Amino acid sequence: MLDYMVRRLLVMIPTLFAISFLIFFIIELPEGDYISNQISMLRSTGESASIGRLEFLRKEFALDRPFVERYGIWIGAWPGPNGFDGLLQGNWGWSFEYDQPVGEVVGPTIPLTIALNLATIVFIYCVAFPIGIYSATHQYSVGDYTFTLIGYLGLATPNFLLALVLMYLANSWFGLSVGGIMQEQYIGKSMSGGKALSVLAHLVVPVIVIGTAGTAAMIRRLRANLLDELYKQYVTTARSKGMRESKLLIKYPLRVALNPFIADIGNLIPSLVSGSVIVSVVLNLPTVGPVLLGALQSQDQFLAGFILLFVSILTLIGMWVSDILLGYLDPRIRLGKEGGRQ
Amino acid sequence: MNLLDVRGLTVEFRGDEGHQNVVRDVSFTVPESKCVALVGESGSGKTVISRAVMGILPTKAKITAGQILFRDNRPNGEIIDIAKQDPAGSSMRAIRGEQIAMIFQEPMVSLSPLHTIGDQISEAARLHRDVGSKEAFELTKDMLRLVHFPEPERAIRAYPFELSGGLRQRALIAMALICRPSLLIADEPTTALDVTIQAEILKLIKEVQAELNMTLLMITHDFGVVTNMADEVVVVYNGEIMEKGSVEDLFLHPQHPYLKALLNAVPSLSMDPEDRLVPIRPIKPRTHPIDLPTHSNGKTQAFRGTPLIELEGVCKSFAFKNQRGRKKRGMTAALDNVALTVRRVECLGLVGESGSGKTTASLAMLRAFPLTRGKITYTTKDGPRDIRDFSEAELFQYRKRAQIIFQDPFSSLNPRRTLNEILQEPLIIHSMGDSVSQAARIRELIDLVGLSPRYLRRYPHSFSGGQRQRIGIARALALYPEFLICDEPTSALDVSVQAQILNLLKDLKDELGLTYVFVSHNLAVVDYISDRVAVMCKGKVVEVGPTRQVIDNPLHPYTRALLKAVPEPSLEHKLDFNALEGAGSSDPAQWPSPFRIQYSIIPFLIEMETDHWVCAPGMEAMRDAESWGGGHI
Repeated sequence: MLDYMVRRLLVMIPTLFAISFLIFFIIELPEGDYISNQISMLRSTGESASIGRLEFLRKEFALDRPFVERYGIWIGAWPGPNGFDGLLQGNWGWSFEYDQPVGEVVGPTIPLTIALNLATIVFIYCVAFPIGIYSATHQYSVGDYTFTLIGYLGLATPNFLLALVLMYLANSWFGLSVGGIMQEQYIGKSMSGGKALSVLAHLVVPVIVIGTAGTAAMIRRLRANLLDELYKQYVTTARSKGMRESKLLIKYPLRVALNPFIADIGNLIPSLVSGSVIVSVVLNLPTVGPVLLGALQSQDQFLAGFILLFVSILTLIGMWVSDILLGYLDPRIRLGKEGGRQ
Repeated sequence: MNLLDVRGLTVEFRGDEGHQNVVRDVSFTVPESKCVALVGESGSGKTVISRAVMGILPTKAKITAGQILFRDNRPNGEIIDIAKQDPAGSSMRAIRGEQIAMIFQEPMVSLSPLHTIGDQISEAARLHRDVGSKEAFELTKDMLRLVHFPEPERAIRAYPFELSGGLRQRALIAMALICRPSLLIADEPTTALDVTIQAEILKLIKEVQAELNMTLLMITHDFGVVTNMADEVVVVYNGEIMEKGSVEDLFLHPQHPYLKALLNAVPSLSMDPEDRLVPIRPIKPRTHPIDLPTHSNGKTQAFRGTPLIELEGVCKSFAFKNQRGRKKRGMTAALDNVALTVRRVECLGLVGESGSGKTTASLAMLRAFPLTRGKITYTTKDGPRDIRDFSEAELFQYRKRAQIIFQDPFSSLNPRRTLNEILQEPLIIHSMGDSVSQAARIRELIDLVGLSPRYLRRYPHSFSGGQRQRIGIARALALYPEFLICDEPTSALDVSVQAQILNLLKDLKDELGLTYVFVSHNLAVVDYISDRVAVMCKGKVVEVGPTRQVIDNPLHPYTRALLKAVPEPSLEHKLDFNALEGAGSSDPAQWPSPFRIQYSIIPFLIEMETDHWVCAPGMEAMRDAESWGGGHI
């Protein structure tokens, strides 16, 4: 098992390099860079006084080098103007837009991003699980149809619209101002009970908004998976032993139907982050999403590159966790044999 | 005294097409300590009856009338009407698994893949006996020992996919028996297993039945199993009981025409070579003679018996790969120096258990994969050719000459194509004629296999298994092949339909002058259809000869073991359970000298009787061969 875990971990390293290269390549695809854009803008307005400084910055950040070299410098595998100084050395780059190191721009948003994502995943699983099981065991019942309908609505409604609606409702019914992450009086204050409560209250709406589509998809998938398993022969075998239905359901078919669920942990993260960008903008949440959006718009390449890489790392970790869980839960994977006949 | 008394049982299925009574007014009794066999074709309702007794009917099914009276063996000994119980209720759950237990047909899918054998077996004990998990595991080990499980200590921690089919079936039996039920229902317990394993499992069931003083309700379609196991027989057809009585009565004096017909449709090793099976639903193939350019003209008649395809020293090994697919775990020899000759206008039967390489050998003749070593010669009218040397164009032509009929008629036809499209496709691929002549050819083919042209626009799902297999045969014949590989063409079909297909293949062979390689695990079927038979084991041909000669006078120990394990559908030739040779019979290293094949010994065939070849590599070393082989060498 340990061997398996380490092996999986080692596989992630080349994957990470491949991803970082792709990210860099795609970000660099549009013509020019942040500084050349600035220069041309200044030229067009006739202000050429600060162009010199910008030219200096271009040199400083090696933007005038060839593509592969720039990539090497970014990740820290190639000596830049200041020697080896890139991601590998812990330098996350410089944000031109904010005129700050990337770490300082992104840093404050990361805890909330992770908290929001985790809360959303927990929400999705908590809601999807019982409903999916109910729908599968009560196939074609009124409840099943109702949940199916709600699920389709959840899938079909654009997140930002739902965000606006909920924001309005929360405000008019509960007097909650949903925008932002906490009530204004707590901003800048140190952590306190009231502040934590306020953060939690503000998390509810975004979690629901971001989670609905994922929940609906998850319900459908669990229902389908479980339906596949419910009528398999081994379930009948268990029933013929005289097991109680509820116990039987949890021990056998549900256990087998779980696999796709676990395998999905890794896949959920990128979709949550990219899906929450617009919602975060609408709800004015200080997550990484709006920062990413801004960075992409203004070709603030090191900032955008770092955020994308960060999300990729989260995804890889998620996948690693699901691999380990699968290996732990499914002897066919752990023992590396083909149980494919089942 | 009767343990189970089923009275007027009627079960209704509620489907999309309305309500349907799949079991109608069925009454029979199961006396204590006896074995009653429920016999019938698929869809006859025999499984539904058994599930009703067990209280595990599918949700669509409902008992609408009748009683299932079960005498509780516990001290209070009351009689319970299972039909009136709530199937999921606690009183029914207490009976299920403890008083009545069940063994299922498919050992491969009847166990959960994610739980250990020990967990699944001991579960029944934990449910019904007041035992902790430790005691339950002890009980499980005892049970595994009772069913002759090798290494019960280790098996407890094994997962089902680590075990072979036979072992899984043993595990299922152990699971069913752990609470020592008074009634054991066995639903086709050996249908999915090889003959030698089938015989062992039947023996095992008999043993434990005697040991635990159990009553047995056996569901089967195999009369061979019935004569060897049952005391009483209940014949079910289309949801109704046709006939019931003791096994002697039913076999010696069958009354009902259905039972008579069924008995006539089953091939048996003790049949006369001239006897013909009588299908229950005979088909009328070809009502008028057509001038087909067949191969049965004078020219090929003259070639009858000359070699058509010869395999020499054919080897094929497959590599096991480990999880990462890099390191080779080992090689397995699917074919080990196979030498075979298929003669013109004969049917060569290839017999063996699963994994013996019989299908691989037949596919090698079609050049379905590259060989590891060896040579396959195909004799055309221009002389012999090695099929490995065929160019693309030649191979394309060869595909026309050699065709295949597949085992599973359900998955071998494209469900999105009509019958017409299925039959036309080979003609289009090989650009045979224009659309008019193609349509004419399709009609001929339909006639040939006894289907109606009215069916041409239907899709495969609207045909029965037998009809589908006939479509498969028609498709294989579309290109006027001279050589057909029949890969277990009847193993997925009912016995009644099997007779129909076998007769059809027999007739077509004579009419069209075809050459068959007939792959089957069923010796009786091969005996019925083949002129010569080749027995295979572990990728080796162990015995080849004229069918009757091999069956009446088997020389190789494996062939003997195989023949001993075939349950015959007759009361005179019952299986001798004590003479079974166990697992060793299919291990070449355990065969007695001169047949023993150890590592690095190349198997080869020796002619022991006229045209009767046996694999005996140690033969040369044996000087005193006469004393052994009967003086034929």
